[in-house]
Amino acid sequence: MAKPKVAFYWCASCGGCEEAVVDLAENILKVVEAVEFVLWPVAMDFKIKDVEALQDGEIAVSFINGGIRTGEQEHVAKLLRKKSGLVVAFGACAHLGGVPGLANFSNRDRIFDYVYHKSPSVDNPERIVPQEKTVVREGELTLPEFYNTVHTLDQVIDVDYYLPGCAPPPDLIMNAVEAILTGNLPEKGAVLSPDKSLCDTCKRKVTKPEKTVIREIKRVHEVMLDPEKCFLDQGIICVGPATRDGCGERCINANMPCRGCFGPTSRVDDQGAKFLSALASIIDADSEDAINKITDSIADPAGIFYFYSLPASMLKRRLDI
Amino acid sequence: MSKRITIDPITRLEGHGKIEIFLDDRGDVDKVYFQVPELRGFEIFSVGRPAEEMPRITPKICGVCPTTHHICSTKALDDLFKVEPPPAAKKLRELMYSAFMLEDHTLHFFFLGGPDFVVGPSAPPAERNILGVIAKVGLEIAGKVIKLRKECRDIITLFGGRVIHPVCGLPGGISKPLTEDDRQRIAEVAKGGIEFARFALQIFDDVVLKNKEYVALVTGDIYRHETYYMGMVDKNNKVNFYDGDIRIVTPEGKEFAKFKPREYLSHIAERVEPWTYVKFPYLRKVGWKGFSEGIESGVYRVAPLARLNVSDGMATPLAQAEYERMYETLGGKPVHNTLAFHWARLIEALYAAERMHELAQDREITDPHVRNIPTSTPQEGIGIVEAPRGTLIHHYKTDRHGIITEANLIVATVNNAAAICMSIEKAAKGLIRGGKVSDGLLNMVEMAFRAYDPCFACATHSLTGRTPLSVNIRDSGGSIIRTITRQ
Amino acid sequence: MKDFEPRIIGFLCNWCSYAGADAAGSARKIYPPNVKVIRVMCTGRIDPQFVLKAFQSGADGVLILGCHPGDCHYKEGNYNALRRFHLLRTMLAQFGIEKDRVRLDWVSASEAEKFVATVNDMVKKVKILGPLRKTAVA
Repeated sequence: MAKPKVAFYWCASCGGCEEAVVDLAENILKVVEAVEFVLWPVAMDFKIKDVEALQDGEIAVSFINGGIRTGEQEHVAKLLRKKSGLVVAFGACAHLGGVPGLANFSNRDRIFDYVYHKSPSVDNPERIVPQEKTVVREGELTLPEFYNTVHTLDQVIDVDYYLPGCAPPPDLIMNAVEAILTGNLPEKGAVLSPDKSLCDTCKRKVTKPEKTVIREIKRVHEVMLDPEKCFLDQGIICVGPATRDGCGERCINANMPCRGCFGPTSRVDDQGAKFLSALASIIDADSEDAINKITDSIADPAGIFYFYSLPASMLKRRLDI
Repeated sequence: MSKRITIDPITRLEGHGKIEIFLDDRGDVDKVYFQVPELRGFEIFSVGRPAEEMPRITPKICGVCPTTHHICSTKALDDLFKVEPPPAAKKLRELMYSAFMLEDHTLHFFFLGGPDFVVGPSAPPAERNILGVIAKVGLEIAGKVIKLRKECRDIITLFGGRVIHPVCGLPGGISKPLTEDDRQRIAEVAKGGIEFARFALQIFDDVVLKNKEYVALVTGDIYRHETYYMGMVDKNNKVNFYDGDIRIVTPEGKEFAKFKPREYLSHIAERVEPWTYVKFPYLRKVGWKGFSEGIESGVYRVAPLARLNVSDGMATPLAQAEYERMYETLGGKPVHNTLAFHWARLIEALYAAERMHELAQDREITDPHVRNIPTSTPQEGIGIVEAPRGTLIHHYKTDRHGIITEANLIVATVNNAAAICMSIEKAAKGLIRGGKVSDGLLNMVEMAFRAYDPCFACATHSLTGRTPLSVNIRDSGGSIIRTITRQ
Repeated sequence: MKDFEPRIIGFLCNWCSYAGADAAGSARKIYPPNVKVIRVMCTGRIDPQFVLKAFQSGADGVLILGCHPGDCHYKEGNYNALRRFHLLRTMLAQFGIEKDRVRLDWVSASEAEKFVATVNDMVKKVKILGPLRKTAVA
């Protein structure tokens, strides 16, 4: 029996998802033995033409990481969709947009304007900006179109499964690979990680009082962080209640609060709104003034509540620019 | 702005780094362009974010070297909040950082840049990869590389919670102290690291320096540029990755400038070209004279060889001996041979391991006092570290509540962007004559390119580091006569 | 934007404000038809996702009306709404949604006048602001 064909591709990503695969260490050999890679730019010949030459659906599964920011990325994503039986959104950026998705609070013109004109180190009196097409003395040079908005993978193609995390942890990657190889898969659209909140398994749960209340919000740099106590109970914003479990509480173990890279559970459409609701419900104040005083001390609520998931949110981006 | 044209993406699929080579009527190389086709805009979406979140935001620039961005950002916060970390915190940050440098440098030599040498520059591409290296040096050694990588990454995880995008950095310190058990474990790993780095240097000796063909390549003109160099030095002008002043030397090796991180804007400016998303830094005081070398051109280089060129030596004994040996072998300072970046990288790996060992021996490092809480009003902060791939600068301005109002990032690989273009062009000019393209061309070009260990994830704050290249060779009419693509 | 007619979603609590709106209607009071009313059992039931859903679906404004503090049929519901509201408005401002597009007010069952005045005022302010989406998502 022929080995199933697998593609691993990156879009607007950082390379961390590739590193996560390399971090499988000895397990990677198991994977390489079980499947045939037809595309994996970081590790082998980049042969997009070979992919084009394949039959539709010939690739068993394509793992795609990174959000969609350029025309080129969208094009390759669509090509892989056509050629693949299954597509897995690999990592927070493909799943939710990820940290680079925070760019949706801005737009293309503002990014270009700062990067190429306003940045204090730029010296650009001729006001040059990169062009999709440049005629030079020798001929013509092209660059891919840069979109105004970062999109999640499932906003440009149909996605079968999601592997969450920034980057996905090795055990979840291996579980997903095994599930695919054995065909033992949940229903389409599932996120391949436990469907409960981070707080459910957090080691600090035992220190949580019967009813957590917040009288004052603190930022991480303003106070000493208790290594045992629930962060919310310390008045530190921790997005754990609105975040799916399965990461092994990596950030909490380093004595830092969660920022939500696994995205929400299946019962939530909008991670930021859900966290807002959870946070507001533990504010210990009744009068409008007292409530506002506490909530006003939250620095950058949209940026923190949608740290990883702005492109996947209901509003997706800033609406006025 | 020219008018917007939507381009058919079919012609641009060979992804993440594109080289266009134009030939003249004689079929010789007229001009080469190296293009980076992506951008993500970290500077812009950092605006509005709380400053203390920056060490968690900026690592997402690059999953290959997130520790670099994390530490650099944390140092920018120290400066922003005017808070001095306790001694143990500084040492722990440098310890974590040394583990990272050791891991990244050895990985590059064995997995990425090394195969060109270890397996041989003219070996078939199918063999010029890690598997070829394993075949050449044996499985046991490959196992050692993998083991060291894992040990170093476990150390980073111990501090940072996660090795891909650590989270432990805070203005004025780090989030948790080091236990005595872990200290001992790290000291052991560092000891193994020293042995391993020495062993890697031995391989370099045996495989490269004892091979006339390779030595000719290393010292040949195709891979040589007389440029300025920039890098960080400690108070004794010794190489330092974590902290110090920035020193620039001329192509003759004379000190041209030495400055504090806060003064970087007086020394560095960036040029924009319309045909690539990446910017080209150059020395402001010399000026932009195009993609050219020499004392009149503001093009400078960073990364391992540059750091060794700007310094007066290494701060640890074994690395210092190797440093002396390199300059003796290659005929004194500065060395302009691009392929010597590989040698310098291994000397730095040895230094990183020795430094790691020194720090792990330091009893003060397990002091539970690892944080000072900032008390002053933030306004502006600049942090600089030496990334594996060169000088990295994070510059933040905030309002009085510590919300970012402006962020400027000059990323390691970007400093080398102009030099990389020049190296590719020079290699191509040396290898294509009269329209004849030798089969080894792409690899020779890639060797020029790989010596810098370029990370275009960083460069554009977007691309994944290991760039698949495509080379279009066009005749004088601009038509493509040949396209070569390879990872 | 003379002929711009804003689309406003009104979440009205069953026990006070919905009855107040009913009273306004029974009394034949004239008020602009821009508010599409959704009856909820309590303002405490309004998940912030509902408000986002309204904006996502094309609303230019969202009006939340509930019982006066102390009058909540479920004792605490309107306080829960109050705790969420201010933070939600702050967060929505970061999405470019101006504060005047989101409003929380207390209208009891007997306050038909106040209901009309609130709707009038809201419509007037949103008209001045104009349509919410100025750019397509691309």
